[in-house]
Amino acid sequence: MTDLLEPTRSPDARLTAAQARRLHDRLVRVAAAEGLLEIAYRRIDSPVGSLLLAATPIGLVRVAFAAEDHDAVLHHLAQAVSPRILEAPAALDEVVAQLDDYFAGRRRSFELAVDLRLARGFRRAVLEQLPSIGYGHTASYADIAAAAGNPRAVRAVGTACARNPLPLVVPCHRVVRSDGTIGQYLGGTDAKQTLLALERAA
Amino acid sequence: MRPFEDVVTDEGPVVWRVCRSLLGPADAEDAWSETFLAALRAYPGLPPGSNVRGWLTTIAYRKAIDVLRADARRPVPHAVPPEPPPALPPASATDHGELADALRRLPPKQQACVVLRHLADLPYDTIAGQLGISTAAARRNAADGLAALRRNPTLRPHPDLEPARP
Repeated sequence: MTDLLEPTRSPDARLTAAQARRLHDRLVRVAAAEGLLEIAYRRIDSPVGSLLLAATPIGLVRVAFAAEDHDAVLHHLAQAVSPRILEAPAALDEVVAQLDDYFAGRRRSFELAVDLRLARGFRRAVLEQLPSIGYGHTASYADIAAAAGNPRAVRAVGTACARNPLPLVVPCHRVVRSDGTIGQYLGGTDAKQTLLALERAA
Repeated sequence: MRPFEDVVTDEGPVVWRVCRSLLGPADAEDAWSETFLAALRAYPGLPPGSNVRGWLTTIAYRKAIDVLRADARRPVPHAVPPEPPPALPPASATDHGELADALRRLPPKQQACVVLRHLADLPYDTIAGQLGISTAAARRNAADGLAALRRNPTLRPHPDLEPARP
């Protein structure tokens, strides 16, 4: 760099934060209109910590707890689905509204388009059983294994729940151990306790 | 491959600098937007290990040139009234608009090499790869372009200009 070109780095020539936001919004708008926004995401705070929400044009594709490392989740989405990923909060407005209602005890089930492409085979069969566990109720891993058509696959049900791409919305928190203890949860056992208590109280 | 959002965050400012070196603020916003839209379109096909900054800033340079050409084709050159000249130009700094004018008048290869070397901070071998010329040619064009800018009477004289970094 020579001082001759210094004006191009002067404050009035630099990209301001407000300008960067405006340009980013414009990019999101045009990309969506041209069908180039393949994953829109947003981060929100919730009673179970910070959540990452990601959607494809088909529907909600990923809900991730802070413990899963949001950056790692986005990198995985870039490999597994598409790297055409932009932070586009407005695309998740409906998801956020329904989650807000759920956490406030006003909503018992979600009415959202979902994209289950991250779960295949038996894992997907397990996830498809989970919405049948009613709000405020629980089922055991063995119950779900039987419902998914493979009563001996109790451990595989545990794995499917542990790798649920859409926790909260697909209610893996309602699956507990046969002995009544709550079992593991990808958002941590505290988060699982919080959700079960919320549903019992509402 | 990184999420495109990370690319926008990391490279947005340097793409802006490239666009802004040749364009006013409104045109630079158009060129910045065109750059990232074109990049988003091509991104999944970018070969692994590519120099993302080199790729993006070269797109940005080309989009800025497209905007300049589109402006030149318009019957009325500028809808914006010319800015009044400052009463006393600052003694220690060159005006950004004068520099953009001078850059716009450089021959295309020199212009590309000056912008990519000194505004985008790309190494010469990356510039050479992006423009399809030799590293020696990239170096020579950047040096010639810078020399032409130094001779430009509208820019303040620099008797003690440092030579460009290798």
